Amino acid sequence: MAVSDTPATIDRTQARERAAEFLQRRHRFQPAEALPWLIAIAAYFIFPDRMTFGSQVLIMIMFALSLDLILGYAGIVTLGHAAFFGIGAYTVGLGAARLGWTEPISGLFAAAIVSAFVGFITGWFLLRYRGLTLLMLTLATAIMLQEAGNLRSDFTGGYDGLPGLAFQPLLGLFDYDLYGRANYIYALLALAVVFYFVRRIVYSPFGQALTGIRENVRRMHAVGSPVHRRLVTVYTIAAGIAGIAGGLFTQTNAYVTLTVFDFNYSATVMVMLILGGTGRLYGAFLGATVYMVLEDKLSKLSPTFWQFGIGLLLVLAVLFARRGLLGLLEDASKYWSKNKKVKP
Amino acid sequence: MTAALEVQSLNRSFGALQVTSDVNLTLERGARRALIGPNGAGKTTLVNLITGVLKPSSGRVLLNGKDITSVSQADRARQGLARTFQINQLFRGLSVLENLGLVIGERDGHANNLWRPIGTNRAVLDEALDHLESLRLVDDALKLVRELPYGRQRLVEIAIALAQKPRVLLLDEPAAGVPSSESHLILDVVASLDPDIAILIIEHDMDVVFRFAKQITVLVQGAVLVEGSPDEIMNNEQVRAVYLGQHSRHGGGSGG
Repeated sequence: MAVSDTPATIDRTQARERAAEFLQRRHRFQPAEALPWLIAIAAYFIFPDRMTFGSQVLIMIMFALSLDLILGYAGIVTLGHAAFFGIGAYTVGLGAARLGWTEPISGLFAAAIVSAFVGFITGWFLLRYRGLTLLMLTLATAIMLQEAGNLRSDFTGGYDGLPGLAFQPLLGLFDYDLYGRANYIYALLALAVVFYFVRRIVYSPFGQALTGIRENVRRMHAVGSPVHRRLVTVYTIAAGIAGIAGGLFTQTNAYVTLTVFDFNYSATVMVMLILGGTGRLYGAFLGATVYMVLEDKLSKLSPTFWQFGIGLLLVLAVLFARRGLLGLLEDASKYWSKNKKVKP
Repeated sequence: MTAALEVQSLNRSFGALQVTSDVNLTLERGARRALIGPNGAGKTTLVNLITGVLKPSSGRVLLNGKDITSVSQADRARQGLARTFQINQLFRGLSVLENLGLVIGERDGHANNLWRPIGTNRAVLDEALDHLESLRLVDDALKLVRELPYGRQRLVEIAIALAQKPRVLLLDEPAAGVPSSESHLILDVVASLDPDIAILIIEHDMDVVFRFAKQITVLVQGAVLVEGSPDEIMNNEQVRAVYLGQHSRHGGGSGG
């Protein structure tokens, strides 16, 4: 038809294609996404004697990533996320100490399932609330679990913990070494698998619905979204992932104490995430790494006042980088590419 | 034929204040009804009662003959009842295209899928773009909603409701806050909606009301004062007294 050939129609078709293409491409892996993984692999060769520390960083990245799903994407503010880290840690710890369940990979699956189950039950009740009420309720949940563990310290080891846990070699092949190199590779692989799942979720229609709940829950109700069910689903998943991180924590440290339930843990992981940038997947990577490396350096510099440095960084981030360090990097790269375009 | 929407002796009070008082209202299939009334008459409250944001103290709401009084807001939406808000309720941090995509996803149940990337569902993308095209928003598809001028945001507000593919649509002052130079676009869109959709529009601009509506309901102090055709309402003494009289006095100069 002649009508479809007018310039206006062609323009509109092009505008449509541009818009469609953007969403069709967005979920594909970008070259820049290889960077954190390459750095993680390079770290293995550059710092062979710091692999125990490296494993802790990877575990905190996974923990922060699980928080990003609920805080960054669904907009659920929680101060009790350590509850699920702790449950995962104790699932693996108690499994090894009391049942002799020392196979590591199945231990992580168990940690994921138990944590996810507790996430489902508590989420079902708590996620009817929002804001401050939810903040207090999640905090209370973590404290109650910690106190329950303390009450049965004959079973859990209490604050003295379950020390000297021994786990089987990975796949019966790779034994744990003094510098924790096997652990590092193990944690990195676990993180890669978890990350792949989280990334799929974030770019799925379900993930998009979560961002809708974060942006305007009122409108989500009005367009027919089963908001509570969506929130419970993502809370359950995030709890499971936090549980895997907790399980890894126990396995790589070969001990666990009730401090994993500490409010401190819930708060620290949130600071890491906000520092890195919420709702953008790699914010967890950047935030956890920067926080832990700084903590490591500063605490050697000044064992008593190292937190001042972290506090200062956080204040600066809140003042000048509201979207976190990753947001800052994004702005910088946008600015750079814009200037490049202007110059011929 | 059963009515698309039927409201039966609906009551709602906040403490001693009766904000909705024995309201009866029927929207036949394809209805074009305007709901007018002075400020504080309870028009938005009525919309909130119909959509399930508020629970009525007594009375019933029927959608296609089915009693939905105790059905949740989300379930009512899934059964074909959509609304727009007097003050924009948008997903401001997302692009315009995503605003529509996520609504279509919820409508068709794709939103239960945790695995398939959104971008691989061309049908949803195309439908979202069709909605944007009919509201001349395609050029803004990738912009964040919060970056758009208010008038364009107002169009997104309507586009979201249309993406729900409603059978009954409640428009709460769709052109509110939009400069008159842009409001005609919104009203053109409203005028050209699918004739099968039953529409209830709350509007203060009497030109729009008389042009668009085939029936008018006048709400005063939470109760239906009178309902009828635009001619009947225009010539009704009571309406002139409480509403149009007041309106022309404030408007000044028309002299009624």
